[in-house]
This record gives sequence, C-alpha cells and structure tokens, in this order.
Amino acid sequence: MNKDLKLNIGITLWTLTSKEIRRFMRIWVQTLVPPAVTMTLYFVIFGSLIGPRIGEMDGFDYVQFMIPGLIMMSVITGSYANVVSSFYSVKFQKSIEELLISPMPNWVILLGFILGGVTRGILVGIIVFIVSLFFYPEFQIANIGLTITVLLLTSVLFALMGFINAVFADSFDDISVIPTFVLTPLIYLGGVFYSINILPDFWRSISMANPMLYVVNTFREGMLGISDVSISFSLSMIVLFIFLFSSFSLYLLHKGIGIRE
Amino acid sequence: MSEFALQIDNLKKTYKGGTIALKGISLKVKQGDFYALLGPNGAGKSSTIGIIGTLVTKTSGQVKIFDIDTDKDVATAKLLLGVVSQEINFSQFEKVIDIVTTQAGFYGIKKSLAKPKVETMLRRLGLWDKRNDQARTLSGGYKRRLMIAKALIHEPKLLILDEPTAGVDIELRREMWDFLKEINANGTTIILTTHYLEEAEQLCKNIGIIDHGEIVVDTSMKDLLRKLDVQGFVLDLEEPLDNEPKIDGYNLRLDDPLTLVTSVNKDKSINKLFNELNKIGIKVKSMRNESNRLEELFIETIKNKHE
Ligand SMILES: Nc1ncnc2c1ncn2[C@@H]1O[C@H](COP(=O)(O)OP(=O)(O)OP(=O)(O)O)[C@@H](O)[C@H]1O
Ligand SMILES: [Mg+2]
Repeated sequence: MNKDLKLNIGITLWTLTSKEIRRFMRIWVQTLVPPAVTMTLYFVIFGSLIGPRIGEMDGFDYVQFMIPGLIMMSVITGSYANVVSSFYSVKFQKSIEELLISPMPNWVILLGFILGGVTRGILVGIIVFIVSLFFYPEFQIANIGLTITVLLLTSVLFALMGFINAVFADSFDDISVIPTFVLTPLIYLGGVFYSINILPDFWRSISMANPMLYVVNTFREGMLGISDVSISFSLSMIVLFIFLFSSFSLYLLHKGIGIRE
Repeated sequence: MSEFALQIDNLKKTYKGGTIALKGISLKVKQGDFYALLGPNGAGKSSTIGIIGTLVTKTSGQVKIFDIDTDKDVATAKLLLGVVSQEINFSQFEKVIDIVTTQAGFYGIKKSLAKPKVETMLRRLGLWDKRNDQARTLSGGYKRRLMIAKALIHEPKLLILDEPTAGVDIELRREMWDFLKEINANGTTIILTTHYLEEAEQLCKNIGIIDHGEIVVDTSMKDLLRKLDVQGFVLDLEEPLDNEPKIDGYNLRLDDPLTLVTSVNKDKSINKLFNELNKIGIKVKSMRNESNRLEELFIETIKNKHE
C-alpha cells in the first residue's frame, strides 16, 4: 500500500502556477490588451499632446517622468486583478474543492496564486514599457537592480491583497469595490502623474500617508534615479507588508475562512 | 496495513447558522469494503463526506484514513483518498483533459507520468472522444463521469462517492455499477451515498443509515435484508373485484379492481393465502414482489426513530 506516499511539492506548485498563467493567457484580450490600449492613450494625450506644454517635472521630460508611474499602475492593477478574479471564480465555481481535497499544503496554494498574479503583473509591466518606448525611444533605466526588485515586490504585495480580497468576497461586486474605490484613487493621487513637490505643503503632507506614493516613487528611483521619498524606508515597508499580508492569508487558509464551510 | 480504511469517531458538526448537521457519529469501514451510506435529504451524508475530505471543518471528533489521523498528517491521508462530491466542482471553462491532468498535478504526479494515466482513465469512462471539449458543454451524465475520473486519477485506496448516479440514465448507471464493482474487486474500498436503495442492494456489502445527524443503522446488507420479516406481494387477478376480500391473518388491499396487494409475515405461508382465495372463488393470474423491500425497511427505520 505504501507505494510512494510522498508528495512532490514542486510539481503541485508548478501545476497550480501554470494553470494560473494559462488562465490569463487564454483570456489575453481581457488581461493583456487593455493596459496596452489605456497606456497608449495616456502617452498620446499626456505625453505627446499636453506634455510639451507642461514642460519638465523634477528635471525630466513629462513623458519620461510618467513612464515609471504608468508601468507601476499597470503592474499593481494587473497582479491584484489576476488573483482576486481567479481565486474568487475558483471559489464561486467550487473548483476550489479540487485544491482543498488534494494534499497540497496551504502555503503552496497561496504561492501558486501569487506567482500567477506576479507573472501577469510583470508581463503587463513589460508590455507597457515597450509601448512607452514608442513615445520615448531614448529611455534609459537608471538602476536595473532596483527596478526589478521593486517590480517583483510590488506585484507580490498586490497579488496578496487581491487574494485577501477574494477570500472575503461573496459576490462579483465585492471583487470590484476595492479596486475601483480604493486602489485606483490612491494610485492616481500617489504620484503617478506628478511629483508631490508641486503640491502645497498641506496636500504634500497628506500625500505622504498614501502607501502608493512609496511604491511609485521607489520604482521611479529605479527607472529614473529620482524619488520623493526615502528608498530604504519604502523598501522595508513593502517587505513588512508582504510579510504581514502573507501571514494573514495563510491564517485565513488555515482557518478556512471564506473557503471551508 | 490497517484493518480499517476509514474510522470516524464521535464526529460533530454545527454550521455557522447554528444548524446541527452531525450529532456525534462513529463509523468504521473495513478495508476492501463496499459501504452504502443512506439517509434522507439533510441527514448529514454530505457533511460527513465533506469533513472526511477536509472541505468542511469539523466541530469536534476524529477522522482516520487507513489509521492516519487527518489532524496529524493530512497530506498522507489525502493521498489515499478520492472523493466525488455531490455537486459539480470543476472549472466550467477548461477542457476535459486539462481538468484531469491538472488534478493529477495537484497530487504531485509528473506530467509525463500523468499523460498515459489520464488517457487510460478517460477511455475507461468513455470521455476520450470529448477530451478537448469545454467542461461546461458536457451533458449531466458526462459531467458525473468527469467527476469520477478526477477523483480516481491518483489511484486512491479509499473512494467516496456522494450520490454519483443522481440524474444518470439507467444504462449509464449500470455501466457505473460495473465500473465501481471492478475497482472494488481490485482492492479499492468504496463508500457511496445514494437515494436508490436498489443501488445499495446491488453493490454494497455493508450499510449505514444516517438520520438527523445520527447513525441509526450500521450493519451488513445480508443481516439487514434478513431482518425484513414482512414481504409485500402484488397479485394480478383474473376477474375484477368490487371490494377487498377479508381473510384471517392477512392484510389485503385492493389497489384497483384487478390488483390485490398484501404483506405476508415471514412465518406465514403464501400458499395458505392462495388456498383461502381459491375457496372464495378469487383466481390469481400472476404474482410479483412489491417494490423494494429495502425501501420499506428504510422508511420503517426512519419513522420508528422519530416516534
Ligand atoms: N453550508 C452549510 N451551511 C449551513 N447548513 C448546512 C450547510 N450544508 C449543509 N447544511 C445543513 O446540514 C444538514 C445536513 O446536510 P447534508 O448536506 O450533510 O445532508 P445530506 O444527507 O447530504 O442530504 P442530501 O441527501 O439532500 O444530499 C442539513 O440540515 C443542511 O441544511
Ligand atoms: Mg448530500
């Protein structure tokens, strides 16, 4: 009977991750094309048409200044959206039972979904970067190491947030409330389109409480070499929140909240 | 090797809303057994199965699969277990072959190893021609087959099926029976819930009846059927009657002018009934057993427990 009762964790993780990647690739028209289209519009309107009238922002051409912000915006939305919609529909269709009945440990289930979200986030980031090169071909990345690090950490962070959102979601409304009413406003006000240095003191102080500001600016530091915030502080906060959110997700899985009756 | 494929001890479940689904059931299923778990709607069958497969959290109690406590080494226990849920639980938008291959992967089976296994399983269940179809386009019966293929892909030693033949046509049901018998003969312990008592009688060696979250009967099918001391008969008459005849010691009922129904205690002879009927000039054309005896017993059992 005990033929080989050892579970090959690597295979289970790869199975789930590749299933997640297959899912968003299958519906690429909904997942990969929209950011390319939206960002092209941003580049045309704000970069090429309005940008020259704005002039410089923190010593960079306006288009150039916008590029890191728009990439971050796409990465955040992409990784969050992937996990929240995938995990919610797995719950909704009951195919979560396929995972729960299997011998996969909870951390593999979590990691599989996160890696799926991260892959989509990064892929979308690369697509937007390629689009941006049409509008600013001479773009040079200032610090590749930092750029990649922030790209990875950000997509992990927001994939985790998408996961937690999906665990608590009871309807399709619940999975769009947070992206629409929380994420998007915070991103728009988080320094994607402007440096907070142009704000009056009062609004600048308020902006400092927006977590997106740190993410966007750390990425801008990587790509352009400028930032409105302290990089070491931002990076440690991102890592801290990744730790907190993943512990919380594992706790939710362990307790079966929103997953097991 | 352990004697029991499944041991449940004092299992309790209270759902969030306060519904008490299981009041502390205990159950043992021997290795190699073919066990029927019966019970009316809402009795707690699916809750029990859900807990065994960890799809439902238990309130208290213990579950052991081949002596492995699911609280202690759930991964190993799950490698030995296959469950076919009552409700469809695969992604509707994926292809049949992908669903089964993915499930194999969730059990840590390498793709190169899974491929031939999946093909054999799909062929065996008549799904091979539909392997590239989206799951949602399958008919109900084929969806059931897909559920079974998924549950068996890692060759579990204990297979639990929650109403696998609900809504399945007669032909397919017989096919499934043969299939399950074969798997059981090859050493897989099977537990099955069903509302078709004929199915339980055909397939199962042992039987448990659960009602209102309690096990009310746990015995072998043979013993249970032996206990049936009353047998119902349907007599087709040659000539119509207006009123049912009265014969001492027999309970007679006229269903329609040409059909007489009776139940005969085991210790009474049916011959005597024929003689008595003959005496008053009633001729019987043919006779058959009334419905399913197990069904009657089932209804009796459930009724008795709640009076
Ligand atoms: N998710 C749930 N939340 C609350 N109560 C539930 C839940 N699932 C089942 N119940 C309740 O638990 C009891 C047992 O249900 P269960 O599904 O185990 O019955 P069953 O024997 O499988 O019935 P059926 O033959 O209809 O499938 C019922 O009263 C049911 O309403
Ligand atoms: Mg049920």
